Amino acid sequence: MGAAPDSSDPLGSATRRPLLDANSLARTVDRMAHQILEKTAGAHNTVLIGIPTRGATLARRLAARMRAFEGVDVPVGILDTTLYRDDLRLRAVRALEETTEPPGGITDRLVVLVDDVLYSGRTVRAALDALRELGRPRAVQLAVLVDRGHRELPIRADFVGKNIPTAPEEQVRVLLAEVDGENAVVIISGGPS
Amino acid sequence: MKHLLSAADLDREAATLVLDTAAQIDAALAGREVKKLPTLRGRTVVNLFYEDSTRTRISFELAAKRLSADVITFSAKGSSVSKGESLKDTALTLEAMGADAVVVRHSMSGAPHRLAQWVRGSVVNAGDGTHEHPTQALLDAFTMRARLGRLEGLRVTIVGDVLHSRVARSNVLLLSTLGAEVTVVAPPTLLPVGVDAWPVEVSFDLDQSLPKADVVMMLRVQRERMSASYFPSPREYSRRYGLDATRMAMLAEHAIVMHPGPMNRGMEIAAEVADSVRSTIVEQVSNGLSVRMAVLYLLLGGAEVAA
Repeated sequence: MGAAPDSSDPLGSATRRPLLDANSLARTVDRMAHQILEKTAGAHNTVLIGIPTRGATLARRLAARMRAFEGVDVPVGILDTTLYRDDLRLRAVRALEETTEPPGGITDRLVVLVDDVLYSGRTVRAALDALRELGRPRAVQLAVLVDRGHRELPIRADFVGKNIPTAPEEQVRVLLAEVDGENAVVIISGGPS
Repeated sequence: MKHLLSAADLDREAATLVLDTAAQIDAALAGREVKKLPTLRGRTVVNLFYEDSTRTRISFELAAKRLSADVITFSAKGSSVSKGESLKDTALTLEAMGADAVVVRHSMSGAPHRLAQWVRGSVVNAGDGTHEHPTQALLDAFTMRARLGRLEGLRVTIVGDVLHSRVARSNVLLLSTLGAEVTVVAPPTLLPVGVDAWPVEVSFDLDQSLPKADVVMMLRVQRERMSASYFPSPREYSRRYGLDATRMAMLAEHAIVMHPGPMNRGMEIAAEVADSVRSTIVEQVSNGLSVRMAVLYLLLGGAEVAA
């Protein structure tokens, strides 16, 4: 069956241009954690919901940093959006990923959706549909590590780690140690997309 | 994957993907009031049932509905089939109506394979004669994995009418693909010719194989398929191959008892066994729904695959 896992050698012959190294990635996550704390009055009644795979990892990291900075325990949930996508029929069938509701649910809370890269906005649209099935949040905000532009839907992030202008044929990869064995953000161009 | 005709179509990776997908769908729907996903909106699934069935037909129907597909259920009774329409003509009619998937149950072994050559959509075998029932094997494997945590090295004993059982055939294929060790136990008259070539151990003595089993799967005695006398009397069958409380006591602490249903209580399985905590019979039904949702998603949830 055609569900392609992430290739172990994602680069091949393509060129890889670093955008953030491990230190600046960590600083960016720290800044985002501070911003979320500031805008949510110390993460009051707030939950983080990560979109797999790397959005989920980032949500856990943000929660850990928020705990370190202000001693707050922010519930973390994971939401796979695959079954809600509007572009399923454009590609081979995708493998599903984990979904875990945050402890205490999302109803009447402030949900901060977390993803690694914001691009067309279609994943976020699917996530909004999926969230509706879990409950009725007081409000939904969006935190992304990288906003690379090229939106196809009227969607905007509330917290952005880094704005990176890109060409559509380039790929932005967020690499996280928990998943990829290293911490970096890179642009890949010229390889198979 | 284009069709699901046989458990042998699935290699280890593909079978594991089905089981994992079913588990993820379960997790995604857990605790929800509205158990509905928009995934297959606008796709049409036809349930084509030439043979009586309750749980499989309802299970496929509900699975397709929970994924928001349009479902047409079509029983041979009360359709043009009773006027003598052939399988091929029925298939072409469904094709003309734009079915994306046809779920077929038929009393003739191989009917789904033929159907797959005639229609453009995906074909799912929901049981063909005495041949195969791959989604049953998948839901059984899912149940074993959920209860016992693994399939690799699991010792599974399948007991009863192996000769007529498509459930047994599909289970043997799938379980051996997934690394389980299967033993079939039956009277010699209810074992198929060529069972020696199967990847299983064969035994005629139930009492001997019970203590080492992690899973005991009881098969239904299929009287509707029995044209000759395969055993002297139901009582004798029950005494030698039925699972009662005494036999259940020989099982290991963790062992589970499965049955694909419908059961003949008192024949192959005693009521007190069917209703015991070891029994997974009700779980098998609810797992069947998740597994069939996974199969429909994997067949229809992506770009169209060439045959």
